[in-house]
Parts: sequence; C-alpha cells; structure tokens
Amino acid sequence: MNPAFPHRQTAHCESGVIANLLTSHGLPISEAMAFGIGGGLFFGYLPFIRINGLPLTTFRTTPGSIFNRVTKRLGIGVERQSFKSPTKAMAELDRLLDRGVPVGMQTGVYWLPYFPPALRFHFNAHNLVAYGKRGDDYLVSDPVLPEPVVCAAADLARARFAQGALAPKGKMYCVTSVPKALDLAPAVRQGIREVCRFMLSVPFPLIGTRGIRYLADQLERWPAKLGDRKAILYLGNLIRMQEEIGTGGGGFRFIFAAFLQEAADVLGEGRFLELSQRMTATGDLWREFAVAGARHCKGRSGKGEDFSDLARLLRRCAEQEDALLRELASLVRK
Amino acid sequence: MKEKEVPQDEALFDGMSEVCYAVDESGRYVLAESAGWEPANIANVQAWEVIRCQIEAVLAKVRAGELSPLAYHMARHQMDAKLMSGYVRLFGWQVRRHMKPGPFGKLQPERLARYAGVFKISVEEFRRIPDCPDTD
Repeated sequence: MNPAFPHRQTAHCESGVIANLLTSHGLPISEAMAFGIGGGLFFGYLPFIRINGLPLTTFRTTPGSIFNRVTKRLGIGVERQSFKSPTKAMAELDRLLDRGVPVGMQTGVYWLPYFPPALRFHFNAHNLVAYGKRGDDYLVSDPVLPEPVVCAAADLARARFAQGALAPKGKMYCVTSVPKALDLAPAVRQGIREVCRFMLSVPFPLIGTRGIRYLADQLERWPAKLGDRKAILYLGNLIRMQEEIGTGGGGFRFIFAAFLQEAADVLGEGRFLELSQRMTATGDLWREFAVAGARHCKGRSGKGEDFSDLARLLRRCAEQEDALLRELASLVRK
Repeated sequence: MKEKEVPQDEALFDGMSEVCYAVDESGRYVLAESAGWEPANIANVQAWEVIRCQIEAVLAKVRAGELSPLAYHMARHQMDAKLMSGYVRLFGWQVRRHMKPGPFGKLQPERLARYAGVFKISVEEFRRIPDCPDTD
C-alpha cells in the first residue's frame, strides 16, 4: 500500500495540514486561504503564561481553532477522536488508513525522530498527516518538511501521547464529507471579520494592536526591571516566537498578506490588494524589529541604540496594523 | 518581503529549508524557500545556550551529591518535574523526591526501568553519573 498524498511544504503546520487534507479530497485550497478563513492572524502578549520561565507572546490564534473554523465555514464534515490508550489510538489510525483515508493528527514535536535536533522543544500543538503504512512505519506528510517522511510506529505513538501543556492525547481527525464546490466568499469575509475583531476590539489590553503597544511599554522597561541578561533572554524569546519555523516570516503577517491577495480575487474587490501591500509593509517592519533585536542579543547594537528604539518600532507596527485593519473591517462589514 | 530578499543564512536545521512568503516582481505572493535567517538563528542559538547552561549547572550539582542522575536526564530533555511526572505516570512530588540522591538510590527496579524507558536508555546508563554533558 503506497497511496499518493498531495504533500506540499507550507509555512505553518495547522493551516498546511488543512490545505493539504482538503486538496487530497479534491478541494484545492492554498495554505494562505486556509489561514485567512480560519482567522489565523492574532497578537497576544501573555506574561502570566510562562514557557521555560519566559513570557508567552503569540502571533496566531489558539491551536486547533484555525482548523475548526475552516471546516465549519466551508461546510466540511470532520470526525475527531481523542484517546486515553496509545494502543487504541494506533489501532484506530490503522483502521482508517486501511480504508485509504488520510488522517490528521495533533502531536508533540519533541519525539519526532525526523525533526532536526535544533527544533526539538516540548511543543505539543504540531499537526501532521499520516496517509499510509508500510510494514511498521507510517507514511507521514509533515507540512513543515520539504518531502513526505517515514515515521516508525513507536515514535509516532510517543509523539501522539506527548505530555505537558496542550497534550495531544492522541487527537486525530479526518474529513468525512465535502461540499460539491467551495463557496469561499462568505468564509473569507467571516475570517477577515474575526481577525479584525480580535485585533481591534477585544476589551483586554494584552491582545490585538493594544497588546502590541502594551508589549512595547513593557519591553522598554525590561533592562531596568530585569537586568541586561534577562532582558536579552526575553527579547530573544520574542524574536523566536515571531520568526521560528511555522510563521512564514514576520509573525504570520506575510501569510495573511498573501491571503488578502487571494481574497481580492475571490471577492472581486481591488482595494484588498492595497491592504495586502500594507500588511506586507508591517511584516517588513516586524522583520526590522527582529534584526535590531537580534543585534542587541549579540551585543552588537550601535551607539545610542537601546530598548526604547525597539519599543518605537513595535509602536509603529501597532499603529500601521491598527489603521489597515480598521479599513479592512469597513470593507467586510455586514 | 521581496522574493529576491528571502534570506539564505544557513540555519541549525541540518540543511532543512523552510517556507517563506514573499512577493515576486509582479507583486504577487509566492512561496519561497529560505535556508534560514540570521536574526532567527541568533535567537535560537541563545535558547540552546540557556539549555546548555542549565544542563551543566544540574550536572555540577549531581556530581556534588546534591541531585540525582534523574535531575540530569530531565535537564537534558528540557523536562521539569511536572512534565516528567506525566511521562512516568507518577505525582510531581514523587518525581521531585526522586531527584534527590537518597530516595533515588532506593528506587525499585520497575520504577528505574520506567524512567529509563522515557529517556530511551538502559537502566545502567540512567543510573550512571556522566563524565561530560551529553547534548545531542
């Protein structure tokens, strides 16, 4: 058994898995489109959640929500299962694969043997697809990798039952029914509306463009509050969250800009193209922030360059995103 | 980001490239391969440096008889007591107890095997205090 699966390497695992799964069911859709419909773009600075003692910063919505929204908005039937027992979880996976159904799974990345060692952290919201079995090995389409890979059953079982925050508990999902044709336009509008709502009008100061400004204020005080060493660790962590594999660059801003381009075609509305360009510009600004921040981490920052310059860059990001998302919101208002 | 400007700074990922979104000359978005980006590399190296320091600090304490080999293996796998307890199906306080040399020495063979199994090593390797930190 060696079935074909339309594997594409994508920037982000969750939107990549949905795009590849839907494509395999005859509904070709790009990763950017899935990301946008799923309302993937976000910002949150949540210092009360610590990861390895460092405050959590996120540029995307909570894991799983992109998948849930895309399938709901496009009218795609999905069967989801979680398990207590690894044996049962693997048996159920085999049963579906026997029927020729590609199966998406949530896994941890720490135990995946094909991951480069430098990426092995205890991160549990990774997504991948198994689409076949050869002997005791699974054929795996991991959207972060250039090519499909083979993964031994024991390793996959371990990754599916990784422990810790967001433990996957063997979660798996497969597409059970698809509409005859995709009606993208309303889904695209819903996705954009959702992003605008979360980025602009959540009454909580740590989220959305307000959250970016809040982070800027905090970051400015890091050296005084935490000392230089810790301030640099915080900064490095922030850059990692923004630029690590899975973001497509610029904290998902570029993926979203790509989505806006597609949205322009779907909705027949040229103004999205201009907004896409402006989104690209904010992505570039985030990249500029990463460049300047990394210089600090290396101790190579120029004279007079300090954390308030970094904070200023962040405030510009917030300002630009705020303006462009407000315009975007006015284009998709009901 | 322009397609021509997609960074190709070699990353720490064994030559694996990642996908970036960039605009081509006509202004359309395309998927572009990136070998890596220096600012991201710096941040990643920094993260690993912190882990390496933690492992060395724990190893020094293990040698000084303040902590058990379990603490070393946990540090090596970036695990705290809570995470470890999930893998060995024990309580956090039990794991914290086993991180001390005294209680560690009295561990039953079954429990030793359970711990060693999580780290994918033999019980002998698990109990030995390593000569130098093994960072793979």
